[in-house]
Amino acid sequence: MAILRVNEVTKKFGSFTALDRINLEVKQGEVYGFIGPNGAGKTTTIRILLGILKATSGSAQLFGKDAWSDAVEIHKRLAYVPGEVNLWPNLTGGEVIDFFVKLRGANNVNRREELIERFDLDPTKKCGTYSKGNRQKVALIAAFAADADLYILDEPTSGLDPLMELVFQECVREVKAAGKSVFLSSHILSEVEKLCDRVSIIRQGRIIETGSLQELRHLTRTQVRVETAQPIPNLGETLGVHDLEEFDGGATFQVDGEHLGEVIKYISGFGILALESTPPTLEDLFIHHYREAR
Amino acid sequence: MNRELFHNTKTLAGLIWRRDRIQIPIWIISIVAFSIAIALAFPALYPPGPERQVVVQTMQNPALISMVGPIFGVDNYHMGAIMAHQMLLFTAVVVAIMNITLTIRHTRRDEESGRIEVIRSLPVGRLSNAASVLLVLSLTNLALGLIMALGLGVLGLEGMDWAGSFLYGAVLAVTGIFFAAATLFFAQLTETSRAAMGFSYGFLGAAYLLRAVGDIGTEALSYISPLGLVLRAQVYVRNFWWPVLIVLAAAGVIAVLALRLNTVRDLEAGFVAAKPGRRNASRLLQSPFGLALRLEKTTIIGWAVAMLVLGMSYGSVFADVEDFVQTTELYQQILPSVAGFSANDLFLAMLLSVMSMVGAIPSLLVMLKLRAEERANRTEHLLARAVSRPQLLASFLVISLVIAVVMQLLGILGVWLGASSVLENPFPLSETIWAGLAYVPPMWIMVGLGAFLTAFAPKWTRLVWLYLGYILFTDYFGGLLQLPEWMGKLTPWGHIPEVPLETIGFGTVLGSLLVAVVLIGLGFYGYRHRDIYG
Repeated sequence: MAILRVNEVTKKFGSFTALDRINLEVKQGEVYGFIGPNGAGKTTTIRILLGILKATSGSAQLFGKDAWSDAVEIHKRLAYVPGEVNLWPNLTGGEVIDFFVKLRGANNVNRREELIERFDLDPTKKCGTYSKGNRQKVALIAAFAADADLYILDEPTSGLDPLMELVFQECVREVKAAGKSVFLSSHILSEVEKLCDRVSIIRQGRIIETGSLQELRHLTRTQVRVETAQPIPNLGETLGVHDLEEFDGGATFQVDGEHLGEVIKYISGFGILALESTPPTLEDLFIHHYREAR
Repeated sequence: MNRELFHNTKTLAGLIWRRDRIQIPIWIISIVAFSIAIALAFPALYPPGPERQVVVQTMQNPALISMVGPIFGVDNYHMGAIMAHQMLLFTAVVVAIMNITLTIRHTRRDEESGRIEVIRSLPVGRLSNAASVLLVLSLTNLALGLIMALGLGVLGLEGMDWAGSFLYGAVLAVTGIFFAAATLFFAQLTETSRAAMGFSYGFLGAAYLLRAVGDIGTEALSYISPLGLVLRAQVYVRNFWWPVLIVLAAAGVIAVLALRLNTVRDLEAGFVAAKPGRRNASRLLQSPFGLALRLEKTTIIGWAVAMLVLGMSYGSVFADVEDFVQTTELYQQILPSVAGFSANDLFLAMLLSVMSMVGAIPSLLVMLKLRAEERANRTEHLLARAVSRPQLLASFLVISLVIAVVMQLLGILGVWLGASSVLENPFPLSETIWAGLAYVPPMWIMVGLGAFLTAFAPKWTRLVWLYLGYILFTDYFGGLLQLPEWMGKLTPWGHIPEVPLETIGFGTVLGSLLVAVVLIGLGFYGYRHRDIYG
């Protein structure tokens, strides 16, 4: 069942098209990664999902309801962490967390205290004195203390230290184990790789790739290092081989996913002594797509 | 002092000038152009002859003096004396506002947003920023004074000689420098630009009020107030320079004190220490309404006290009002015989109206806070949770409407308390309250306008302040400049009769309320249907 469905959404600011007919679908119990360079339209998409911006055309539905007109009903089941957490400088972290939780109605004191401890936050300090990471902790604690069905997280860890990042990842796994869905926009690709089931890549307001990590990997190149008994002739001219570097008794090169089988078949005729292949990381994928854009 | 502390001050001054090279000339040009335009209008308004001397006698009334300051040169009320009497105080207040705004912008606001941190990481002295602000503003004020002097002197109007014109410019320049220094001082004390702004405007208000009370009653009070003191220069009449020098010296002392405080404090710290806060939210902070109340708590309490004090100070003047009338024969002849009411009633009507205009400020501050929150990207915390747009708007709106009433009541109460303490036969409290409440509908129209702009023109909500400025302007200058009646009718206050002198009709109240309701209704509709911007 789709918790979140975005259908052909376009958003224009004046003559500038921020989003161009984007489609997204998040299923129940799924952690969905949303990645793209700065200014690609990630935050605009999220604001449309939250009913803060109105889509110029297309529809965005959460829990089967319209993101704009049923915003309040939707938000009762949703928790959100913004990328840039701006808080009231003269309220304390504890006050803000309570206030946020209270707005939803539920009040789980134990969960709040447990999260404050796990994220190692001093709730008696005024938000004006918090660092970026601490403000983010306030938003994360308020979000995870809420018993929501969908968590929308916009680059939630950009200010956290590695230890806190681990705590964050645990929290995401916990809510996933409880059957909740997570929509995670992120720059930290290793994090997306660890957490996400499926991923969409957005670039210049368009979704250019969607699928599971496995599916996406097929679209990119595998790094191969091979040593053979005999030299391999014409390897550079073989279909799908890139960035060839030959050395005495072997070569390193990259292969397009779709041609991997043929290339391996070809080189196996020359007596393979050693073969290492490294699967592409999300980072390779991202950079691959990003470069194409320029 | 150590030269290291001021390293690169000139370069930083260049940066300030680069950032404000449009703003500062606009301030100077508008202030000077406005003054010249008004000066040129005076000869037609006050033609020479015995009539002018009669007019000046009627201006010797406490209501007017408390607003624009004392008249010097009553015997020969020429253009120069008119200019100094009617324009100098007003212009000095505008110059003070310019200096407060610019000083905060380059000190606490920059510090708050972390820009000073970047500056301080470069090879600049610890005091360079504060010193560069003082440098740029001193030059700005001197330029303003000089251009003003040349502009007024060249007009060659009756009584406006060069000596007086230069003194006129000098008075404005030192007032500006004084308030720049005072603001710099307050910017050291507080941790936020908002608080520094509050202190600075509070100080300006206190200076104005002290002068008002002093000008009508105990004149010594006027000498304590910088605004009262500079008026004693008697520009164009006797041309004293000593008040200018005293104020300049005081500015110097305050500036040194501010720099001293700046050297001993940490960056981004104030002298009002932050204490650990609550671990949990209070019972109040559980809804957008509670949040709005909590955020504006200090503003509301501060203004409530200010309204009460303002009312009491003005109210305590009533005793002098009677004395004044008795000593001014002409005044005594004209007013009561013509209209059949006393000078006290006239003064009360003016006070109640002015109180409501001042009370509209905190009310609007709360209403416009909603847009300020949006600009700071914080409304999304609420709207991303189970809070609807109408609920959010209503939270700020309701508080704003209630505050309008509360502020007006406090103002009235203050006036009544002050008056009761000095009058033998004070006004009945209930009648004073009913009279004062007549001015609440226009306050609500202003709130409605705030809501309307928040919904339909969120980038232009500050226009409300411009409008309020216009309202205060027409009220202040309406009689003095004999402005056409329609200019007053363009404000919500222009349609309210001078209660308690006149009675207010049911239709007027209903009409005003209807305008407020329509604006608010449109506000709700528009806010529901627009994008929220960060």
